Order: sequence, then structure tokens, then C-alpha cells
Amino acid sequence: MEFKKRHLLGIEDLDRDNISFILETAASFKEVSQRLIKKVPTLRGRSVVLIFYEPSTRTRVSFEMAAKRLSADTFSLSKATSSVTKGETLLDTAKNVEAMAPDLIVIRHPAAGAPHFLAQRLSCGVINAGDGAHEHPSQALLDMLTVKEHLGRIEGLKIVILGDISHSRVARSNILGFTRMGARVVVSGPATMIPPGIENLGAQVDLNPDRALEGADVVMALRIQKERQDESLFPTLREYSIHYGVNLARLKRAKEGALVMHPGPINRGVELDPAVADGPYSVILDQVANGVAVRMALLFLLMGGGKA
Amino acid sequence: MKVLIKGGRLLDPASNTDGERDVLVDGATIAAVGPNIEPPGDAKVVDASGLWVMPGLIDMHVHLREPGQEYKENIATGTLAAAAGGFTTVCCMANTDPVNDTPAVTEFILKKALKEGSARVLPVGAVSKGLEGKELAEMGEMQAAGTIAASDDGRSVMDVRLMRRALEYARGLDLLIISHPEDHNLTRHGVIHEGEVSTRLGLDGMPAQAEEIAVARELSLLELTRGRLHFAHVSTRGAVQAIKRAKDRGLAATAEVTPHHFTLTHEATAAYDPDFKMNPPLRPEEDIKALKEGLADGTIDAIATDHAPHAPWEKEVEFVYAPFGVVGLETALAVTMRLVDEGVLELLDAVKKLTSGPAKILGIDAGRLSEGAVADIVLFDPGKSWVVDPEAFLSKGKNSAFKGMTLKGAVALTLFEGNPVFDPEGLVS
Ligand SMILES: [Zn+2]
Repeated sequence: MEFKKRHLLGIEDLDRDNISFILETAASFKEVSQRLIKKVPTLRGRSVVLIFYEPSTRTRVSFEMAAKRLSADTFSLSKATSSVTKGETLLDTAKNVEAMAPDLIVIRHPAAGAPHFLAQRLSCGVINAGDGAHEHPSQALLDMLTVKEHLGRIEGLKIVILGDISHSRVARSNILGFTRMGARVVVSGPATMIPPGIENLGAQVDLNPDRALEGADVVMALRIQKERQDESLFPTLREYSIHYGVNLARLKRAKEGALVMHPGPINRGVELDPAVADGPYSVILDQVANGVAVRMALLFLLMGGGKA
Repeated sequence: MKVLIKGGRLLDPASNTDGERDVLVDGATIAAVGPNIEPPGDAKVVDASGLWVMPGLIDMHVHLREPGQEYKENIATGTLAAAAGGFTTVCCMANTDPVNDTPAVTEFILKKALKEGSARVLPVGAVSKGLEGKELAEMGEMQAAGTIAASDDGRSVMDVRLMRRALEYARGLDLLIISHPEDHNLTRHGVIHEGEVSTRLGLDGMPAQAEEIAVARELSLLELTRGRLHFAHVSTRGAVQAIKRAKDRGLAATAEVTPHHFTLTHEATAAYDPDFKMNPPLRPEEDIKALKEGLADGTIDAIATDHAPHAPWEKEVEFVYAPFGVVGLETALAVTMRLVDEGVLELLDAVKKLTSGPAKILGIDAGRLSEGAVADIVLFDPGKSWVVDPEAFLSKGKNSAFKGMTLKGAVALTLFEGNPVFDPEGLVS
């Protein structure tokens, strides 16, 4: 099949075939990562610019590593090292970056829609590496790859996402991705963190986390951002961990052998009990490894690698 | 100068007239209205056959940005845009820099408008000093200097006690208070309507209840104070219903709606285009339906634009960081005419919402076409289709939510106090 997209702005733009194709391509790139010399010349001479308006070591490093393994050149701009801090507008920054003629821009930005803003105005491709509370498509793709590897399929599974759905781009992308691949996604958490109309993205809502977890194949806990406490979304972290945290007792309601996932970084003892985070069902480190493979696939496909 | 407008279809809601009439203008006044007026020898004759002849429109809600933010708009360009849209009277909100919270600022605006304006400018003074919602501004002194009403538009008066005092005090002055109904505690961080679209886009929402609670609060206060209150840019079903009930109870409440709120839904924001970011935000279809019902049954008295120009570079940013507001003066009339085509309003009723409707709320003698009235007149070509191109606007603001839309009907001539302030085809000039 051919992959004709220039941008990856969100899972919302991908259909089931697109997702399958990306996951297959990623699986084939995993082999490269397991070699002694982890580099292929596929994208030699191509360049990728990473613009990170939010601190995110793991996503940035994952994209950089993916680019390097394909022999592409990378340039990184982050808040600390660029004129982003000097009040330059996103448009100015983007125009300057474009003058360097990159093949692809990878952007992380606290404002939802910022990658779309760039994609409408620049001639190069754009990958959304997380925009506000909107989408984080590469995260959802690596989560889907991880699930597929461990459970052999996605179709028909029950995926439970627990936590702050309102402010989570990971939740949105995963709801869209897993449901498009035929899984059932149930979201749960404090009602203050479940946004109106989330059902329209394909998720079912169950406000009772114990009931939601019943028979789950995959349990995904979202990071609780401590500053949300100021908005009275929940009374205390203590109460959150008791009522909504994933602990061993609660995990028993899921299927035996259910996977435990987390987009990281983890607040141990808040959304995940340490015994769960570091336990046998946790595939959190596999998620990190798969991140590189998925991002290699994305860079490859968006830079024309999918064309016959 | 005498001008005879001949052979047009006269639409004057104030006298309930819809028919072929000639209009003779002598200086700043309408000298005669009637069928087949013989042109006086010294009159310029305008052939209005095929055109509609309407009173100059009244927009009771615009932001002219002067003093202080002239890079967005100024009194000269804002009133030129008004003239191009058929408006001869505009009420400008107080959120200038400095705020219009003293008679000196009011006088400055009026003086500037007299000198450079292409339309009548009626300033709205602040309710509270600096629009801060803490102490009352000198509403009486500003009224003496020429304000038409008082409003903290954009920043509703959150302190309920201060709002009570404002309504009471204004009652003694027979001064209209205009409320921007929004409970800011509920809309904090919000950038679009809270609902399925905000959830899909990952944007913080502003629930309809923020408006409905504020409307309920104001109406409750109105019951207590018995003042006069007008609601700016009503956008929700709940607000329309509450205002309807209040009117039925005999409270002196009136309301306006903007063309963008009765035309576009929150789905329009789906591409994160800041030209669809305004406050109140665009709402779902069922609210639009209620707004149309409110227009049809008279709950909503006026159509006003909330013309809010911004510099292009201010809107060319991430959606979340862009300022609220859209321009509206140059599209309002044609967009309103869509309501006639849709069967929501009768033609005269539609014209009324832009003329005698707001004139009545404001208590001004304008918005009528009869002998002795001021010669504020619009000629409208109902058959002319055009595509909205913001670059062609006379306003400095290009932030139009109607950009690219094909509209039917265009202003052919605007006379303000008898002067041709907009005459693209040289009908008079
Ligand atoms: Zn307002």
C-alpha cells in the first residue's frame, strides 16, 4: 500500500488501513533497533527539525533517536535554547525554520492546534508530538504497537483509560486509535475530569473505576498533573490515589494477564501503585522501546518512504 | 444639497411601510416621502429602481478601539466600515485605552467622531472605573457629556452588589445599562463553547450556563431595582427563554444578537482558525434555532455586530493565544437578509432589528424614513451576490467569520445626515 500523507496531525486523520500500515512498518523497524549497529542509511541527507515548546525529554529523545537510526540530520529547538523565550511568535519561528529547508518539522506545543497552524502555513511536513490537550498521535501508535505485540491483536479488546481525560492528549489519541482498530475503550476517573461529549470520539464512560476495570485487557493510567489540584478537580492526591489509583486489588478486576500501561512520567503512589508500576504486567518500558520504532516508521513514511 | 431618491422600494418598519416611494432629501433632513415626487430643479436625482430604500442602520455594539488601540481600528476607519455596511449610527463600547470611564474620554470620542466620522457615534460609558468591577464610574457626568448607555462589556460586573447599585443608580438617570452576561468563574481559561467540539479539539470550554446564570442574575436584580437593562450578544437557548419570561412579566429587559451567533455553529472552530474565536463563543445548532425563534417572536429586539477588529498579526497565532472578537459591520446587513430568505423573519421585521428596534432601546430619534426625520438612508441592491473578501473591507480589522462566504445583497449608497458617506458607484457624488 501507499502512504500519501504529508503530515501527522492526529489519529483523527488516520483510518484503520493507515494505522495498520504504520504499525507494520514500525514492527519491521524494530529489527533495526535490535542490531549491533543500529543505523540504516534510508534517510541520509534528509533533515528533521524538532521544535519543543514544552519540556519533554522522552518524546524528543525518542524522535531524535528515530531520525538518527535512519541517518537523517536533526536540529532541535527548545524553549531553553531558542528565541522561543524571547517572545518570537510561532509563525516567525516556523518561517525561520522553514528557511533552513527541513523535510519535516516535529512540534510539541502547549496550545491545541499549533501543529495545524504550522501545517497550514509551511511547505514541509509536520508531525504533532503533542498539542495541548488535543492529540499525541505517536504515543497512541506506540501504545497500539505494544498492545499488539503482547496480546497479538487489538480488535475486540477492552481498553480502560483511567484519569484526567479532559486534559489528556494521550487519552484522545488512544480513544480514536484503539476504537478505529476495533477495540472497545472505556474511560473512567473523577467526573470533573471526564469532558462532555467524549462518547463522540468513540469512548464509553463509566465513572466507577472498579466497574470500568471489570474484564479489561489493557489498563492505561494517565499521569495526574499536580497543578490540577488548584482547579478543584479532586480534593487531594491522597483521595485520588485511593479512589482512582491503580493498585493490585483494583487490578484484580481486570482480566488475568492484563497489560498495565502509562504514558509516563509516573507519579508512583498516585495514579499507579508502585507494586503495579514495577510489577510483572507493566509494559511501560516496552512502550519506550516501541516509541523509537513507531517514530522511525512515521519519519520514513512521511518523507516518502511509503511510496512505491 | 437636494437629493431625490426615485423609484425604489421603501422599507420603513417605523411607519410599517413597504412599497414604492420616492424620498426627497434636503440638506440633512428628509423633506418628503411619497409616490411620484416631482424632482425640484436643483435636486440630484438617484434612480433607485430595483433597489431597496431603508433607514440608516443602527449598530448598538461596536468596538472602535480609539483612543489607545488605533492600530486595530480608529473612529475614522470604524465609521467608514459602518457606512460601507449601511450603518449610520454606532454605539462604541468603553474598553478603550484609557477606558471611557470619565466625561473627558467621552468628549474626546464625540469630538473625534464629529471631525472624522462617517457615521453618528454614540459612546457607551463604563459602569465601573477602569472596567474593574469595583467602584461605579461617573455615569451621570458621562451621560451629561453624551454617553447613550453604560456597560462594562467584555468584563461583566461580577460583583452582584455593585451591579445592583449600578442598575438602581442608572434608573435615577434614566440611563440604559448594557450587560455582557457571563459568569467569569465558569468561563475561566475557556476559548470556545463547552461541548463535543471543545472536547474533540482539546480546548477549554465556556459552558452555556455561564451566560444563562448571568442572565438569570441580572433579571433577578432587575426585579429588585426596576431599572432598564439590555443584554448584549445573547447566544444561548437558556438566555432567550429567560428573557422571554422576564418580558412577559413586564420587566424592562431587551436583547440583541449578533449575525455570527445566529449563523455559525461551534463546528466552525474545528480548524483552530482564530477568526472564529469570539466571546460569547459560537454555539451548537439548537442554540441557533432558539436565537432565530427569539428574533421571530420579538424576544430579541435588535441585531448588533459586536464589531471587534484586531490587527492581522494578533490573530495569526495559536488559537488559544488569539484575542476574542470578529469584525461585522460590513457583512451584517447581507447576513441578516439570509433570515428573510430562510423564512425566519419578514423583510420589514428584519430591517426593524437593525433600525427602529435598536432606536427604541436607545431612546433615539433615528432609524425611520419619514418627513422631518434625519436623512440617514441606505440603498440596498438585493440581487447582487458577492463573496466576502476581508482584504476589501474598509475596516482595519480583517478578522471576519464570514470570509469566503457568498452573500446576497449589497449596499449601493449610504447617506448620513444627507451626505453620501458610502457611494461606490457614484450615484450622488
Ligand atoms: Zn461583550
